[in-house]
Amino acid sequence: TARPCMLISSSVALDFVLIGRTSAFLLLHQARAERFFRSDHTNNWAVLVCTSRFWFNYRHVANTLSVYRSVKRLGIPDSHIVLMLADDMACNHRNPKPATVFSHKNMELNVYGDDVEVDYRGYEVTVENFLRVLTGRLPPSTPRSKRLLSDDHSNILIYLTGHGGNGFLKFQDSEEISNVELADAFEQMWQKRRYNELLFIIDTCQGASMYERFYSPNLMALASSQVGEDSLSHQPDLAIGVHLMDRYTFYLLEFLEDIHPASQANMNDLFKVCPKSQCVSTPGHRTDLFQRDPGSVLITDFFGSVRKVEITMETINLTVPGIPLERFGGEPHTETALAYVDQLPVAQIIHQKPKQKDWHPPDGFILGLWTLILLVFFRTYGIKHLKHIF
Amino acid sequence: MTARHPRTPAPLLVIGQRFLTQLLIGQRPRRTGSLWPSFHSRWPRWKWVSFLFILPRRRRSPRPQSGMKVRPVLSDPEKQRGRSAAVAIAALVIAAGIPLWWKTTETYRAWLPAARISELEALQLELRVEVEVVFARGTLSPEQQKKVPASRMREQTYESCCKSKSLCLVEADHALHTLTETSCGSVVIYIIPEASALLPQDMRVYVGRSRTALLRSQVASVVGAGLPEVLAALDPQMEQVLQTMSFNHQDVTAALTDRLRPGLSTRDSLADSMRAFKSSPGYEITFSLLNPDPKHHQLHWDVEAALDAYIYPLLHKMAPVANFSVDSQILYYAVLGVNPRYDASASAYTLSADSLAHVINPVEARLGSNAASSNPVLNFLLYVPDSLHSPLIIRNDQKQEVASNAFHSPRWGGIMVYNVDGAYGNDTQFPVDIAIDMSRVMGVFLSQLRLMLGFQQTGAPPGFVLEAAGREGVAEWELDRLLWSRSVENVATASASITSLAQLLDQIANIVINDNIAQQVASAVTALQAAVAELEAGNLALALEHSREAISASERAFFDPSLLHLLYFPDDQKFAIYIPLFLPMCVPILLSLLKIFREVQQHRAEKRAKRD
Repeated sequence: TARPCMLISSSVALDFVLIGRTSAFLLLHQARAERFFRSDHTNNWAVLVCTSRFWFNYRHVANTLSVYRSVKRLGIPDSHIVLMLADDMACNHRNPKPATVFSHKNMELNVYGDDVEVDYRGYEVTVENFLRVLTGRLPPSTPRSKRLLSDDHSNILIYLTGHGGNGFLKFQDSEEISNVELADAFEQMWQKRRYNELLFIIDTCQGASMYERFYSPNLMALASSQVGEDSLSHQPDLAIGVHLMDRYTFYLLEFLEDIHPASQANMNDLFKVCPKSQCVSTPGHRTDLFQRDPGSVLITDFFGSVRKVEITMETINLTVPGIPLERFGGEPHTETALAYVDQLPVAQIIHQKPKQKDWHPPDGFILGLWTLILLVFFRTYGIKHLKHIF
Repeated sequence: MTARHPRTPAPLLVIGQRFLTQLLIGQRPRRTGSLWPSFHSRWPRWKWVSFLFILPRRRRSPRPQSGMKVRPVLSDPEKQRGRSAAVAIAALVIAAGIPLWWKTTETYRAWLPAARISELEALQLELRVEVEVVFARGTLSPEQQKKVPASRMREQTYESCCKSKSLCLVEADHALHTLTETSCGSVVIYIIPEASALLPQDMRVYVGRSRTALLRSQVASVVGAGLPEVLAALDPQMEQVLQTMSFNHQDVTAALTDRLRPGLSTRDSLADSMRAFKSSPGYEITFSLLNPDPKHHQLHWDVEAALDAYIYPLLHKMAPVANFSVDSQILYYAVLGVNPRYDASASAYTLSADSLAHVINPVEARLGSNAASSNPVLNFLLYVPDSLHSPLIIRNDQKQEVASNAFHSPRWGGIMVYNVDGAYGNDTQFPVDIAIDMSRVMGVFLSQLRLMLGFQQTGAPPGFVLEAAGREGVAEWELDRLLWSRSVENVATASASITSLAQLLDQIANIVINDNIAQQVASAVTALQAAVAELEAGNLALALEHSREAISASERAFFDPSLLHLLYFPDDQKFAIYIPLFLPMCVPILLSLLKIFREVQQHRAEKRAKRD
């Protein structure tokens, strides 16, 4: 569970001076009101995109799945996550451990898990679909899980990874999205107030070029490398045979594993993730379009989903007074116990005791085999040995 | 050795030719073997003649010395023909080619009413409320009564016998409501004399369940004071009544938050706008019963009857605002995400206010939603704690028990904890059949639903009494209040959509504008203007209808799947596409035109020189 006492006292210390215990309650109430308004969002969304296919781009899928795992662990439900994976690594023919995607070498952490919900998979991950998800211009037949149904009080996290260059990001090895298109898409989202605040993280080569052209308000962007630098991968695993993660996302995952839903870590800590000594490339960030001070923005404002909650004070009196709570049905019914039909004969599958098989006389194959052996023997050594048998 | 002619071909070629000629003549010794018949049957002698055309032959004419260019000498008519051909081709390219290329690479853009859209940017809203003021007997002196124009006078008598004080007021209100016909959005204020016993002493205004208000007149009937002065004196009180019953400045600014700068709305209205859902054509409401302990509790809830009795009346009243779809479900083995703490003093398990925020997320993963629609979902959860953690009470910040034992989350829904430990003792046979008291549950859910739908928890001004809505769910003036703010919000959102769509289509010249989009935009603009006109006239119901039409048309136009901006071409890509196509064609044409031009100039210069 959370640590509520620490939470209240820290926010109180931020805003008010704690004078005495009697006045503390009034201050607590105001502190809660302050916390309600510190961030304007009521729900969280995440759009996580991996844009490369082929087995040797395993690390991009692992990047995206590790961010997915963190985001789910911190509370965002699957209905609020749009996960786009351009290729299927877990069930790839070359995966020596099927149904797993590892992020640490020696197979320490399986980020695929049991509970993955991929919304756009394989060839559905295209620039067109990505822009349609962002702007909301999807055909009417699109199901709810494939839509970004955010409103003006949603905080959205967008994570892109793949191969990129100066001003573009490559999708599926066949098309690219440019930074101008991305900036225009965000502007259209702002025009329709489809987000309250947006955090954009990109882990590609020359990733900083992708956020250069943003011009809409309330955007914060992080990139794994500057223009002219390459983002490097982290560790290869010798059993799987490919690089498992990119450096920036590896250290980002390490940072996020320490965050829990009640954590007070803020964006300044996120900017310090993966310095040049660890990442070899220089991560960059952009906060000029963001209205709040990054030091006051919690990590869980974007990565988690901490709901604002109010106690229901008013109720409507619908009861006719005087009628007590009644028990349904007087005597207990005797019903036959329901059981599942024995569809899986477990006893036959799991051999705990070898079943006693009936003896059958040897059938044709064994008879023929022995006849052949005898014939060869007597042919080689002569029929006269037969008298030793009979 | 004889001196060889310098242009004798090389020895290999000689051998090859000699071999061929001998083959042709047929004097070469033939080799026996299997290859003979096939080779020679495939290549009979007469076929070898064709090689003579491929092999290099000696020139007939002498090779000219290097350095001397030989230009084909053309005669004048040929030159003239060449010139006219070049000019004709250039003319064809310029006159027919360029317009054809332009036309075929044009994007289809249907016509949009740009002038009317630019008018929408500077939209001025005027909201008019129809108020009917009725003076009861005894509030006006006879002279003032005479001053009232005849058309406004109405003699109505109303007699009732009041059994008790509190019921009297409700009955009076109900009877008054039947007297006058009130349309949607209008308000009727009854001025009653100061000495009247209908209202208690400290109460100045009573607002009933329909659109009527009783106002205690505080103007002493002074002899000689005219009607205008009386009305002027009543103005501030009437304005207060209207602000409570219809709309006030905060409501309107909260509804216009899309188009206003942030910081103009107050904290309370911001909290209200954050709590209630934005205007949407439909909502989905889901009622869920969470039973974590089916081995001990066998719960029965008659949710259909409860919905019919308590929720559907409210939703029917809200039909002009939006469509609602309601469903219900029961979830077994669904647990809360937090561990409640045992409080020995209350001998109950408690959930503190801060841990409530972490309750919702684990549960939400288990709740389903209708995959076919993209309408916002309201979830109302009824959680019956398991027998090990019963009873479970919610404590607020001041560590006090919450009467309703429920909490809600803005724009999401509400959760109520229903304790059933009182229904059975320790020695009953499990599982115990328990019927849930739906009226208590629906009382809480109804109030939460009202908050989510936008009926604000307005604090009544001092001296006001607002009659509680009771079983109907919502009073008519509360609904009117919601309709006012919804119409304004719809008009603001629709105009914002249309203007930003027009701006987007202007900026990006490559987007195709289909006919259906143009039609949607036109109908949205028409509906918007109609809505604004109706708001000015005071017809709230019509205004809301037009504003709903406007917002649905504008959303459909803005979110049309064909308006995809995948058409950004950087300049170097444009050059890369056009240059290989047009350069090989245009360069010869241009050069030939230049050449013709230069020849004409030269000819003219010669002519001038000849003349001179």
